[in-house]
Amino acid sequence: MNTLFDKIWDAHLVTKVENGPTQLYIDRLYCHEVTSPQAFSGLKARGLKPLRPEKIFCMPDHNTPTHDQDKEIEDEISRTQVNTLAQNAKEFGLSHFGMLHPKNGIIHVVGPENGLTLPGMTIVCGDSHTSTHGALGCVAFGIGTSEVEMVLASQCILQSKPKTMRIKVDGRLDKGVTAKDVALYIIAKMTTGGATGYFVEYAGDVVRSMSMEGRLTLCNLSIEMGARGGMIAPDEITFDYLKGREYAPKENEWDTAMEFWKTLKSDEDAVFDKEIVFNGNDIQPMITYGTNPGMGMGITEKIPTLESISEAGRISFSKSLEYMGYQPGEQLIGKKIDYVFLGSCTNGRIEDFRAFASLVKGKKKDPSVIAWIVPGSWYVNNQLKEEGIDKILIEAGFAIRQPGCSACLAMNDDKVPAGKYAVSTSNRNFEGRQGPGARTLLASPLVAAAAALTGKITDPRTCM
Amino acid sequence: MKNEKFTILTSTCVPLPLENVDTDQIIPARFLKATTKDGFGDNLFRDWRYDKQGNEISSFVLNDPTYSGQILVAGKNFGSGSSREHAAWAIAGYGFRVVISSFFADIFKNNALNNFVLPIVVSEPFLACLFSCISKNPETKVEVNLADQTVNNTAVGVSEHFEINPYKKHCLMNGLDDIDFLLSNKDKIESWETEHQQYKA
Repeated sequence: MNTLFDKIWDAHLVTKVENGPTQLYIDRLYCHEVTSPQAFSGLKARGLKPLRPEKIFCMPDHNTPTHDQDKEIEDEISRTQVNTLAQNAKEFGLSHFGMLHPKNGIIHVVGPENGLTLPGMTIVCGDSHTSTHGALGCVAFGIGTSEVEMVLASQCILQSKPKTMRIKVDGRLDKGVTAKDVALYIIAKMTTGGATGYFVEYAGDVVRSMSMEGRLTLCNLSIEMGARGGMIAPDEITFDYLKGREYAPKENEWDTAMEFWKTLKSDEDAVFDKEIVFNGNDIQPMITYGTNPGMGMGITEKIPTLESISEAGRISFSKSLEYMGYQPGEQLIGKKIDYVFLGSCTNGRIEDFRAFASLVKGKKKDPSVIAWIVPGSWYVNNQLKEEGIDKILIEAGFAIRQPGCSACLAMNDDKVPAGKYAVSTSNRNFEGRQGPGARTLLASPLVAAAAALTGKITDPRTCM
Repeated sequence: MKNEKFTILTSTCVPLPLENVDTDQIIPARFLKATTKDGFGDNLFRDWRYDKQGNEISSFVLNDPTYSGQILVAGKNFGSGSSREHAAWAIAGYGFRVVISSFFADIFKNNALNNFVLPIVVSEPFLACLFSCISKNPETKVEVNLADQTVNNTAVGVSEHFEINPYKKHCLMNGLDDIDFLLSNKDKIESWETEHQQYKA
């Protein structure tokens, strides 16, 4: 009567501290340039080396420019950070996919698409969106730099076991409603701290019928309601996705792996600490109006009134709307926007570009809108070309940039200026996230496409 | 900020009565480019603390000389969002040893503990009362006793018990970190690997 989470967690228990955390074995450590340098320095200061270098994969993604990657990075501090990762990987014999490497891209896009992320694994990375990988049926969660150092040193982490939660989404989704909308809907209902302390398993017909890309988007956003991670039991969709991927098991090993992977599901009588059920039919295209991902609503709905907010939360709510330049109780449809960002570890995969292209095909971008179209990896970039999506986008007035995290957190030059509005397919609308003073509206690739065509917040169902 | 033993701390507080303070506010992404742990305290709450020209915003609490101390008191769900440990480095670097709130995000809580900053979860009424006491008298002192796991608002003499994992408490009180412990189990790591070939990848 175990949950899938319990099964994977318990199988990775090396030992347990009495009245304390679990020493958990980690199958895969991903490292990017921002949260690893101090961990490598710490390791060196202790005179240690990575215990299992073959289980560690490194790539720069946060600082990478989205143009002229063949040239040196202009920003000296960014360049140092990216070079430091390359040096550390070289010194310790770790796999490293540097800029322009065919496998480079956003770490949470690259892992799954290369078959580095596999069902049943434990996976960590110094990045909260590591929850993404749970879509393939593994236990994946974000960690801090001290914890990265722990894993480098021992291939283990000390961690308290979170509680379990199952979120079922029954029914089916209407036209124009995507995995991103499902995630933003769930977060709006749960609030940004509503799943803190829990590891979430997503289930239900809506989740089962999602593509792998959709599931990656859904699990990616688990952290935005505070969850330690999100996961989906592997099924035929998962196996079809993995088959033939470069690092996925081959031939006999594939059959052995499949036998094991098919056991990876919660038992019928598994007991979760919390169970929540939503209905997919209730979900419409979503958009956020405030400064955390929980401040989202159906695109045709109105921002809550001040009176509807709890007393302790009113200062934060008012501060948030003041930052956004919106009034309580108003609708967002028809409001002017300035920027559109398609990309990130949330929505930088091929399906997201297909959705965006389906709406803009044969039309033109509104000339007032600046659009950043950033594939999640070189692999996705090649898929765009193979499917002719690049041509559709270019004809509609969009330019495709080079892969990386880009405007999601604006560590490179892709910054939204102060006061400007960006409809963004990324994951966080925090103050200043896309540049100091930038105003972010989180939405799906379809909502982003509709905004790019009209220069305004637009219900994508009216453009289909 | 590393390996400073924590026992008892009595200090005035800096109040930040906002909810859902995310780690992007604690330390904005553009300051994450360093390759050391130093200097993050200077940019703690950067965009709330300084304007675009780099001048102090006088209304922000860190710029208000009325308030000082080694304890930050914040609204519900402190430290949500990004896993950046730089947020904990910034808080420690600025000189805070304790953060009090009614609710913390998980990753932030771990990061804080790994940097010998103690996150203390108190009840909503305790937090509301503490904010009110600090607002009436900025000299209000709070006493934190880690051994007893108590936090005392000395202005009103109200004390609360707080939870902390016994292992982490031991680490904090003795200035120990996790890596020595993990590596002391190397034989167990190796035997786990031998017994679990299905995860070999």
